[in-house]
Amino acid sequence: MTGQTLVKVGMADLNIAMEGAVLKTTGLGSCVGLTLFDPQSKVAGMAHVMLPSSEIARESQLNIAKYADTAIPELLGRMEAVGARLGRIEAKMAGGAQMFALGGSDTLRIGPRNVESCKVILQHYRIPILGMDTGGNYGRTVEFDSYKGILLIRSVQHGVKEI
Amino acid sequence: MSLFESFKAFEWDVLKEVGNIGAGNAATALSKLLDKPVDMGVPKVSLLPFEEVAERVGGAEQIVIAVFLRVEGDAPGNMFFIIEEQSAKRMLNQLLSMNHQEDEGYSEMELSALCEIGNILAGSYLSSLADFTQLPMVPSVPAIAHDMAGAILSYGLMQYGEMGDSALLIETTFLEDRQSLEGHFFLIPDPESFNKIFKALGVELG
Repeated sequence: MTGQTLVKVGMADLNIAMEGAVLKTTGLGSCVGLTLFDPQSKVAGMAHVMLPSSEIARESQLNIAKYADTAIPELLGRMEAVGARLGRIEAKMAGGAQMFALGGSDTLRIGPRNVESCKVILQHYRIPILGMDTGGNYGRTVEFDSYKGILLIRSVQHGVKEI
Repeated sequence: MSLFESFKAFEWDVLKEVGNIGAGNAATALSKLLDKPVDMGVPKVSLLPFEEVAERVGGAEQIVIAVFLRVEGDAPGNMFFIIEEQSAKRMLNQLLSMNHQEDEGYSEMELSALCEIGNILAGSYLSSLADFTQLPMVPSVPAIAHDMAGAILSYGLMQYGEMGDSALLIETTFLEDRQSLEGHFFLIPDPESFNKIFKALGVELG
């Protein structure tokens, strides 16, 4: 789409967009690309969640965008500051794959755990999940249109999909 | 990441040598397989922000073939052998006379062959490293993926996720016939493994 502003969201990063700007994050493996959207004010937010919970954090300066339990409240706060209302916000998510099926250690199940954790936190805020494309063993790139509220998902093996 | 900030030039050089020895042996193995000379680049050891790791192989969305092995033992870590699609085709062609059809996905047979090549090379990298450090390093069964570099490599960064937003990786590139065949080794030791590697090599961390 020409003329649409693209807002890039890096790994373990989050951002918001409005007025038709597009949020994009690339190369999601076990990470989850979570989007929140208020269809009335057209405010959208996206987080590239890497780990399920900040409880395991050992870093001196916590990167709140990295963990599901800290990224979602931060995203909500930023969206509400520019006119979104919690009661209207809807969620979609993609990613959470298990890129390599090896052994059984916890690290290897990080994708499904990320998805689970996002669900629990969304439920806590009573945010409905309108669409999900998670799991599998492949990477995804996602784009969220803050005008249409559509999440576009691209993958090598499965082409393009919209939810 | 304070652990890595305290590394001095000498420690970085030791890690480069780790990459040099491992990849040197792997390049020899590849050269034997291909029956052609294989050149190796100078190893790069860097503390890279997660976002930049995939840039080393062309960006997060670059489609690559990657063989992944989890290294168990005294100094655990993650090992990737990454080749671009063009190089993968040449490798299949030269080694196995398999002619890869353009615009087609890889067959199970082709992926299995590439996985085995990656396994041989990574195995020789790790066994030379184990000899050098006298630390047992046992690679897991290899797994292969044909996917976006970002999705693949992020898998090897999880151990660093809890500690910060960057990872320390030892990268070596090798080339056959200038650039017609290019491959990358990434050894990403778990954060706790560095002390063990240094200790095994007689380096005292000050």
